[in-house]
Amino acid sequence: MTAKANLDIHAIPEEGTTSSHLPSGRWPHHDMLDLDNCRRPDIEVVLTLADRMREILDRRIPRVPALRGYTIVNLFYEPSTRTRVSFELAGKVLGADIISVSTNTSSVVKGESLIDTVRTLRAMRSDAVVMRHPMAGAPYLAAQHTDASIINAGDGAHAHPTQALLDLYTMHRSIGDIAGKKIVMVGDIAHSRVARSDLWGLTTMGAHVVVCGPPTLLALGMRVSDRPSHAENALPPVTIETNIDQAIEDADVVMALRLQSERQEGGLLPSLHEYATHYQVTAERLARAKPDHLLMHPGPKNEGIEIAADVAGGSHSIIEDQVTNGVAVRMALLYLLSGRIEPEEVTELST
Amino acid sequence: MSTVAIHNGRVIDPALSRDGIADVVIVDGRVARVGPNEGEMVVEADRIDATGLIVTPGFVDLQVHLREPGAEHQETIASGTKAAARGGFTTICAMPGTDPPIDSRAAVESVLREAEASAAIRVLPLGCISANRAGELLAPAGELAGAGVVALTDDGQAVADPNLMRHAMQYSTRFGLPIAQHPEDPALVAGGQMHEGWVATRLGLRGRPASGEATMVARDIALAELTGAHLHVCDVSTAGSVALIRAARERGVHITASATPHHLTLTHERVAFAESSYEQIQYDSSAKVFPPLREESDITEIAKALRDGVVDAITTDHTPVSSMEKDIEFDLAIPGISGLETAFGLSMRLVERQQVDLATLIERFTIGPVRAWALDRQPGLEGLGSLTPGGVGDLLVIDPAVEWTVDPENFSSLGRNTPLAGETLTGQVIATIFDGQLAYKNKSLTAL
Repeated sequence: MTAKANLDIHAIPEEGTTSSHLPSGRWPHHDMLDLDNCRRPDIEVVLTLADRMREILDRRIPRVPALRGYTIVNLFYEPSTRTRVSFELAGKVLGADIISVSTNTSSVVKGESLIDTVRTLRAMRSDAVVMRHPMAGAPYLAAQHTDASIINAGDGAHAHPTQALLDLYTMHRSIGDIAGKKIVMVGDIAHSRVARSDLWGLTTMGAHVVVCGPPTLLALGMRVSDRPSHAENALPPVTIETNIDQAIEDADVVMALRLQSERQEGGLLPSLHEYATHYQVTAERLARAKPDHLLMHPGPKNEGIEIAADVAGGSHSIIEDQVTNGVAVRMALLYLLSGRIEPEEVTELST
Repeated sequence: MSTVAIHNGRVIDPALSRDGIADVVIVDGRVARVGPNEGEMVVEADRIDATGLIVTPGFVDLQVHLREPGAEHQETIASGTKAAARGGFTTICAMPGTDPPIDSRAAVESVLREAEASAAIRVLPLGCISANRAGELLAPAGELAGAGVVALTDDGQAVADPNLMRHAMQYSTRFGLPIAQHPEDPALVAGGQMHEGWVATRLGLRGRPASGEATMVARDIALAELTGAHLHVCDVSTAGSVALIRAARERGVHITASATPHHLTLTHERVAFAESSYEQIQYDSSAKVFPPLREESDITEIAKALRDGVVDAITTDHTPVSSMEKDIEFDLAIPGISGLETAFGLSMRLVERQQVDLATLIERFTIGPVRAWALDRQPGLEGLGSLTPGGVGDLLVIDPAVEWTVDPENFSSLGRNTPLAGETLTGQVIATIFDGQLAYKNKSLTAL
């Protein structure tokens, strides 16, 4: 265990924990591993800064030098197109040097240890490592062994915090404050890192979250009654519903999650057809939601399975906005983690 | 003639229901006399002052991974038995999941030969249930028994095939060997990294359900009833399996059981949370072990079973792993805890919490495991697990009150994998006498 053995570096200082804005000039995170340790004011800074980044992104020539000379490595142990490209673009718009490395876990198994890899990247003066890994917790191991900022771009079934931030930002742009709003996530909750991070982010921002899926795809222990009383707050407070029609009733936002075909192969579902019959987000089902509801999906979509094609491309869908906003949110995050942001700016953003 | 006299200790010998101040005299590797002032009668002896300390029979561990042959970077018979002596164990059973596995006379003999040459204490070999530990064909139980194994087990790989298990049990009755089973159904726990529950959900790790243990234990109990074989359930970790074992014992099934100090005291929260705060998670692979650390309600029931004798023995399931195999992604980290050197101190928490009294705890480390497997009927092992005059001269001097900090870098075991690093334990073995000789002594030991 080295520099960050006790992980204190991620901890939020006592001051400011209850106030509605951050103490002057500090965004209290060095890494972005998940949203479970992000408080409301931390997230609000990202959302406000993302608005400015979105404005830069929408310029005719989207380039600013904010991160010139800052080196980011995309370290992907699992294939990805959208998340990798989104980070690459975010870095490039801000003028950072960004390198993508694709590898696979067979090299991990062969003994190229993760600890060695992140140490090597730091020795080459990388400032941030964006990491995707098929195994939960890998970015935590990396963060313990480097002082480069580690950004979790998806670790196994655990977390995908930048996806959650872009989801929050997309909702924020469309409906403003989500406190008290009913947000329904439908699908494979048990295996979804997107769902896990979204649940932290959404509940921290005060939303009423309902998760819905077949019982074989719901994660154990999510009901407060499944946990000992001392662990009441150890998972986000959500409502669990296995009937999609009841779940969607009066929803402000409905988010369909991607269904991996291996869930059926693994015996968790009788068939994709059966799943679609009981859990597909359709126009008919969405009629139960609020009239001005929003429809989201983290992508890539399986149209005709978890989401009907007509609603995915329909007027309530903000799925494409999510993709554009992903770049803006990642720009905001990279800038905050770089430490180059002026303290006055953080203070201003947080008020 | 070599004589050792241990003076004035509180002798706790559960096998003989003894608990009182006495001297113990060992002559030529055998207990000669136990009683007040017996030490004064001996003219010439190596003397140890045990005033204020506890004297017990040497501990017996039914389940230790020595890793030799095949994985000497993790442990050797020399280093593992040195660690055992330090933890107070004078007799250990060596798990057969080595490379090659212990499934033939030649393999057993190689372990015995190496133990003869380098072991600090007594090593009793275990043999495989299935040939090559592959779960397909029976290993030659008769040949293994003849070579000296004291029980059969397929180590951490439970026998999945119920027919093979049935036949192994039937066949074993001819040779009187217990069948010891790792109690997890491989199919139900496949891919699982920790206890299935809210902590696994928080971490996004695949779980190993408690029911994966109960189903295996229930099946094996039914097969033991069918065959009349002696079933030993290793590593009992759930309230559900405790209930099954308790009921089977009451029906008269020949079943014994053991639990580890970590399954008796630590919960699954240990994997994810360093402090009592749930804000910051970790993936502590030093707490990755199979069966996994379970919930508070489980450890409470196992402790009750230990107190009642439904769990006969505390075994360490000592599993040394190198840091190269542990300090990696949680899914890839090899499960297991290096437990020999912390076993007594960690188990003393049961006494501190008043779940078990000290004499019962010592029983489960000494005569409990010996009776479970009838080890004292093995040639030369008369009196094992007790301080019976004429019996084996294995004993410990224990300071039950000393507080010490676990520092894995100081372990004798090559395996530094423990979730207890930096923790304070109370109670420590300060001298281990094996076969009338000092096998380990702590700096604080005083000679007279």
